[in-house]
Amino acid sequence: MTADLECIDLEKRFGDTTAVDRVSFSVPQGSFFSILGPSGCGKTTIMRMIAGFLDPSDGDILIKGKSVLDVAPNKRPVNMVFQHLALFPMMNIADNIGYGLRRAGMGKAEISRKVDEALDRIGLPGIGARKVDELSGGQKQRVAIARCMVLEPDVLLLDEPLGALDLKLRERMKVELKALQSAFDTTFVYITHDQSEALVMSDNIAVMNEGRFEQVGTARDLYYRPDTAFVAGFVGDSNRWRGRVTKLDGQNLELQSDTGMPLRGAIQGRTLNLGDVADVFVRPEAIKIAHAKDDLSHFDNQLSGKVTSLLFNGAASRVIVATDTGHGEVEVNLPQSGEFADLVKGSDVHIGWGSDHGNCFAAEAS
Amino acid sequence: MIPSIPQPRFVTAAYTAYVTLFFVFLALPLIVVAVFAFNDSQFPSLPWEGFTWNWFFGSERPMIGVFHERGILSAIGTSVLVAMIVSAMSVFVGMTNAFLFNRYKFRGQSLLYVLMLLPLVIPGIVLGISILVFSSRVANGLWDGFSIDVEALRPGLWLVILGQFSFITTIATLVIGARLQKFDRTLEEAALNLGAGRLTAIRTVTLPYLAPAMIGAFVVAFLMSFENFNTTLMLVGSDAPLTIAMFDRLKEGSTPLLNAVSLLLMVGSSCLALVMIVFQRKS
Amino acid sequence: MRAEAKLGLALLLTPLLMWLSLLIFIPHVDVFLVSLRERVGVGQYQISFANYLTFFQEPLYLWTFLRTAVMSSLATVMTLIIAFPVSYYIAKMIKGRAQSALFLLCLVPFWVSELVRTFGWMILLRETGVISNVLQYLGLVDGPVEMLYNDGAIMIGLVYTSMLFMVVPLVTTLESLPDEVIEAGYDLGGNGISVLREIIVPHAMPGIVSGCIVVFMLSLGNYLTPTMLGGKESLWFTELIYSQFIVRFNWELGAAFGFMLLILSSAIVWGMLKLTGQSLEKTMG
Repeated sequence: MTADLECIDLEKRFGDTTAVDRVSFSVPQGSFFSILGPSGCGKTTIMRMIAGFLDPSDGDILIKGKSVLDVAPNKRPVNMVFQHLALFPMMNIADNIGYGLRRAGMGKAEISRKVDEALDRIGLPGIGARKVDELSGGQKQRVAIARCMVLEPDVLLLDEPLGALDLKLRERMKVELKALQSAFDTTFVYITHDQSEALVMSDNIAVMNEGRFEQVGTARDLYYRPDTAFVAGFVGDSNRWRGRVTKLDGQNLELQSDTGMPLRGAIQGRTLNLGDVADVFVRPEAIKIAHAKDDLSHFDNQLSGKVTSLLFNGAASRVIVATDTGHGEVEVNLPQSGEFADLVKGSDVHIGWGSDHGNCFAAEAS
Repeated sequence: MIPSIPQPRFVTAAYTAYVTLFFVFLALPLIVVAVFAFNDSQFPSLPWEGFTWNWFFGSERPMIGVFHERGILSAIGTSVLVAMIVSAMSVFVGMTNAFLFNRYKFRGQSLLYVLMLLPLVIPGIVLGISILVFSSRVANGLWDGFSIDVEALRPGLWLVILGQFSFITTIATLVIGARLQKFDRTLEEAALNLGAGRLTAIRTVTLPYLAPAMIGAFVVAFLMSFENFNTTLMLVGSDAPLTIAMFDRLKEGSTPLLNAVSLLLMVGSSCLALVMIVFQRKS
Repeated sequence: MRAEAKLGLALLLTPLLMWLSLLIFIPHVDVFLVSLRERVGVGQYQISFANYLTFFQEPLYLWTFLRTAVMSSLATVMTLIIAFPVSYYIAKMIKGRAQSALFLLCLVPFWVSELVRTFGWMILLRETGVISNVLQYLGLVDGPVEMLYNDGAIMIGLVYTSMLFMVVPLVTTLESLPDEVIEAGYDLGGNGISVLREIIVPHAMPGIVSGCIVVFMLSLGNYLTPTMLGGKESLWFTELIYSQFIVRFNWELGAAFGFMLLILSSAIVWGMLKLTGQSLEKTMG
């Protein structure tokens, strides 16, 4: 089976800068694919090339196995949900959704039937006569998707469409978008700089940085098995230490951080040699906190310290612990059982984690 | 059709050619006016008789230059005087109007706003005759009733000033109002909070913020007054402002003297425009 | 505080009301009253519609009136057609410095007086003018050609002189249309024509209306251009008003003419606003 969308060695240069650098990927039919990266990483450029608003400098874009490079944007079997949605303010909702059908030369009766069907599908029946600015943010969102979906595109492109919504609504729209995608059973390509959007909705995620894909994989892969230091740092929160490798032992290693803290971590199949400078990433939720040192005896990283800050944030509450040895500060998630609810600034605590939670990467020369 | 939508090359080329042609169309009349100011001939037309500065600095017949032509010089003076007074008046009233519409809510406000816009859609010549008719009725009434002759109400500079003021004020109101609209009221509240009185707050915070718009409105008003023709034509008395003076000469037949005056006007107003742009860049 | 606010309101209302009543409202009512006056003897007048009757019964007056209206409409349409592609180019095809430079270039000719611009066209178009000479030089014509003093010359002058007032509102409204919306139009299968018809023109409507209103007004009320470029036979309505007032000193008939011009322009402005569902505040303010 051919993939719905395939990019081969896609490249885009603007003058001397390379915005997209030999990127290849393929998206199977009916899946939700996200490109996640900081702003300016080139993800919007990829999307605009797929939609046909930019010509690639090199490489090819295939949709259902056929190159679309010579196909004008208005003839491509892809549609796009724009960042600010780009609903036509001069038309009502029904005319917005029917716009593409009118362009395709469909009869009036058929268009109005299809528009009603689409409005039902997005759960907004009977709003066809309303104006664009009478809708709420979430409703506009759904209309923008319906406007594309009535055309039954092979691929739907979404350019950070949740960016303009407030936090609560964004959380809800994530779930809703995923549901719409499986209801329409269409291939979605979604770009965002918000990792939680990508992690929640996607079947596959590409993490992009400086024009290149750092890693392509499932949300789990990216979170637990990052391939590169960039991915480890960009996806989720991490404590990060830089140090020099002092001991190698199979898949485990020891290193001494720049502040003198001894740390143990895992190589996960990467090449690191004795004396190399490396970065260790440890997620705050991988670190256990205890009142007694003995509770942590099974961890090969153990530290004692004092609480310097309490960051209460409901389920994601954290403390910052300064080590007694004076080597630095560690962010630690509090367990949700409430047993540490009595912590105050200055409390003595012990913390520890397994070396397999310490992802090590050779430090990039900087 | 925007740059991100691919277009056939000939379409883009034709489009660019059209826009270029448009700018040639815009520039052509001004260029010929400027070029013929230097023609060493009695007529601003071909053939080209050679280059001369005489239409600017010449002092002997038949080539009396702008700087020795008393009629033109005094007309320029009249125009400047009129424009100054009109601009000052309309900026002042424009500012009070802007505050009125921005800061107060009262009954009939929106109607008043529409009325305030009306001078823009009244033909200038109609504005001119209505002020002419009304002022002479008042003048006649004063003469018949009290034997007072008010010279200012007869065609002349004062009527010209009133006529121009009557529609330029709308423009000034719009320019100043647009900037006042963007003003962040909390700045004024901050000033009040820091111990300023209401008027002091406006004087020290709001007015400095409005200054660029006021200068902009003044320059626009100045230029509009300077080049006004229709309204002025109906109200002018014996001292003609420059546009009227030039019109009278043009009717008699043109010499490159008029080109020279026009070129000076172009240079003058370009400088004014430039000053304004530079000033607004800064703020 | 309330008393202070009231005082402030009164102080700010005074100049506005004085301006609008003394310079706009009362003078126009007065013109209307004068237009209803018929001279029956020396210094004796009576109220009648005689002046309006004269206007409607004298074919020359009525013809000039209609001709002015039609030619002004034509000039408005031509200005719109010429200005729209240029405004679109400035608003959407170019960005940054080039954009502001080109926009500024559009404004420059209008910093100088209409008289200078008209004078420029006279130098270009007249028998001994530049274009005539160039055509002779190129061998396209045998003798001098007079291109001045005809309706074509008036049209060129009117279109040229009003261009700015079309370009500025058009550029402003077109600029406010996000590129994204145009791209969405194409992305959903539209082509140049359908995007123009369904998206760009509806979006630009307020600009089109305000541009058209101002250009129409300026053409209708123009005196200089028809007189200078159209010559003695140009038959422009403002010339009739001028000659009644200044040359013949028949203010009553002149006032009636002026009032007719005011009614015509108001009717067209009002009709245009109604037709497109715009309001004066939105298009002018």
